[in-house]
Amino acid sequence: MLREFAMPDVGEGLTEAEVVTWNVAAGDVVTVNQVLCEIETAKAAVELPSPYAGTVGKLLVEPGQVVAVGSPIISIETAEAAAPAVEEDTGAKIGEVGKDGRVANLVGYGARPGAVTRRPRRGTTPPPAPPTPAPVQQSHSAATSRRESGFTAISPGGAGAGAAAGAVPLAKPPVRKLARDLGVDLRSVTPSGPGGVITRDDVQSHVVTPAAPAAVAAVGGVRREPIRGIRKHTAAAMVSSAFTAPHVTEFLAVDVTATMALRDRLRATREYAEVKLTPLAFVAKAVCLAARRTPELNARWDEAAGEIVYFDRMQLGIAAATPRGLIVPNVRDADTLTLRELAAALGELTATARAGRTSPADMAGGTFTITNVGVFGVDTGTPILNPGEAGILAVGAIKPTPWVVDGELAVRTVCQLALSFDHRLVDGEQGSRFLADVGALLTDPGLALTW
Amino acid sequence: MSTPQDWTPPTSAATRPGRDRPGRDHVVAGLKGTDEGGADLVQLLTPEGVRVPDPRFDSYAADVDVEMLKGLYRDLVLVRRFDREGNALQRQGQLGIWVPLLGQEAAQIGAGRAMAPQDMAFPSYREHGVAWTRGVDPTDLLGIFRGTDHGSWDPREKGFHLYTIVIGNQCLNATGYAMGQKFEGKVGGDDAEATMCFFGDGATSQGDVHEGFVWAAVYDAPVVFYCQNNQWAISEPTERQTRVPLYKRAQGYGFPGIRVDGNDVIACLAVTRWALEECRTGNGPVLVEAFTYRMDAHTTSDDPTRYRLADELELWKLKDPIERVRVHLVRSLGVEPEFFDDVQAQADELAARFRQFCVDMPAPAPDRMFSQVYAEGSPAVDAQREEFLAYHASFEGAS
Repeated sequence: MLREFAMPDVGEGLTEAEVVTWNVAAGDVVTVNQVLCEIETAKAAVELPSPYAGTVGKLLVEPGQVVAVGSPIISIETAEAAAPAVEEDTGAKIGEVGKDGRVANLVGYGARPGAVTRRPRRGTTPPPAPPTPAPVQQSHSAATSRRESGFTAISPGGAGAGAAAGAVPLAKPPVRKLARDLGVDLRSVTPSGPGGVITRDDVQSHVVTPAAPAAVAAVGGVRREPIRGIRKHTAAAMVSSAFTAPHVTEFLAVDVTATMALRDRLRATREYAEVKLTPLAFVAKAVCLAARRTPELNARWDEAAGEIVYFDRMQLGIAAATPRGLIVPNVRDADTLTLRELAAALGELTATARAGRTSPADMAGGTFTITNVGVFGVDTGTPILNPGEAGILAVGAIKPTPWVVDGELAVRTVCQLALSFDHRLVDGEQGSRFLADVGALLTDPGLALTW
Repeated sequence: MSTPQDWTPPTSAATRPGRDRPGRDHVVAGLKGTDEGGADLVQLLTPEGVRVPDPRFDSYAADVDVEMLKGLYRDLVLVRRFDREGNALQRQGQLGIWVPLLGQEAAQIGAGRAMAPQDMAFPSYREHGVAWTRGVDPTDLLGIFRGTDHGSWDPREKGFHLYTIVIGNQCLNATGYAMGQKFEGKVGGDDAEATMCFFGDGATSQGDVHEGFVWAAVYDAPVVFYCQNNQWAISEPTERQTRVPLYKRAQGYGFPGIRVDGNDVIACLAVTRWALEECRTGNGPVLVEAFTYRMDAHTTSDDPTRYRLADELELWKLKDPIERVRVHLVRSLGVEPEFFDDVQAQADELAARFRQFCVDMPAPAPDRMFSQVYAEGSPAVDAQREEFLAYHASFEGAS
């Protein structure tokens, strides 16, 4: 009989997983526990062993596709005879396709994505059908009968629908009840509470002014991608930063010819043979030195405590573009490091980030951030603060530029700096002094001796 | 009594063969509290499968003949086999979680086989091998990992307490139980009893373990504290737990501590027999540190590649607890290949039974959660049960 294997919850409470590679193809003969594929979840990359012995019928998921836990991913033709059709018991064993075509699955914990529909209560009108096409049917884990408790039923072919359907709207039980009483579909309500939680006011205002969905006329094709993972976190962090800290951005073009010459000289020395000495290391060093003179930039606004927190040490965040998105790992106690140590730390940090091995601890507790947009060839930008930090420095492309030296035009190596700071605790005076200090150090690295 | 001046750092260049002076990272992190096993490691069977003499513990392994060693080998292979099946069943959505014991088979089988029927064991949640030696059927372990049961065996009958999830908590229970054995005069006679408490290196950082040590020491409780040091407390290495080798901690509490090669089933058996004998004759407690390695993840929810290096794993593969017994059986004792094939067949049979049992496990009735709260019921719980069942019955399609 043809059996389907549903994506299991391989962690505790995971809702989705990405199929990375298939180790089998349609037509392959597989044994129990033979590795079928590798999947990646928010927690780990793991291999899935086959629960059945038989012949692979069809791979139901493409590599790279993210599917909801409980969606069938592969069908396997086993040697067993099909279960007798007269079987009355609707409770299919976990992982098997029930007689109604739904695949039973061990219920994990926590909310799952997809449209959750409760089974109707006796004597009540059923709720209107959800607007999403081919919704993933799920029985509510806490509200199932004995026969079905422990099972989540998924409609066949629901993989795509499960991935496309929005997350379960977040709201507290009294608010859910209010919404139900008022006939409001929570999925159509715009949340305003912290963490995207729908509040009582949201529901009430939704009733007063029902949101008219603006028809978006699609020109050509569109591609819709669910917002999740690092993208989601980045968005939340940027929005919270942009709308809490009043940003001011200042710009400075700097002649870094002397610094680049110093870099070339150092690179030739034995001490720097092992490390990759980048311009970023010089900028990082300059930031640490300048922050010593202007401690307001290495500080944070603590709204809850009504205090400004000044940091003794510099935890220098470096914005890094990785295959998985933007992350900001930190160089710990950057102000205590020598230029060589900084260069080594930066090299290690970017290598770790690119390999996707940056731990959450490495990203927490930053106090100032540098974003090196110059690597993309652009001159400058207006960076948005990493939430909680007082300053962020964007470093533009370093390139030959006409420059006035001693009253005459000369070709010099020039770099644009852009500093955004939180105006709640940094005034124009401090911000300007800090930026000018960084610029001065990069123009004449010898100045560092005098500080 | 020793003074602070007498104290010598636990780690020196001499005990760290093949390693240079500690680097900056080591200095920052503090000196490593562990090492390659060290000179004090009790080992009777080397990783190469050679039986080596040990004047102190040979007498405790004198009865380990071919037949007995074949039995231990069978234990090791069968336990590893159903452990791997448990891991696979989790990956197939049949278990909520599984806690693998891969690599720790010898530490558990050696300790478990040293116990007498009247002894009592208090496990953590990874002691599938000890459960096996206590006659707990592997299928009885499945309920807790499938979320249908808290434990499916009678702890009194098996002399094996239910799994304890809270780290180190069982040290208090074990110490209390052992104190009871002493108060009831079950120490010193021919039918003397002892208690074994199983925990890991991470648990040694818990207050409960410290309290258990203190009480057990002060009351001379007949309890063997059996610490399987598998080097990793989830993602924290042993050097983040301690500055001295763990077995040396016992000295501070006033009882003996010993480190045994946890991948050597004969040594684990001999040392645990000695430790139990100490306890039964009134010289308890004893701390045994079984020096081993967690070859798989902490649980199926964990990904160890994020925090430890593959070459460490490769190093420990060479110290495999099963392979050394196999080599010894073949090379030194002349056991024929048929024996190994037979054991493998038994293991696969067990795994198939384990799998089938798991897949067929029924979900418990919803009123189950109320049924064993009080021995004779209680009005409040009864009312909650009625309300809950009525709520269930209110759905369409409910039977």
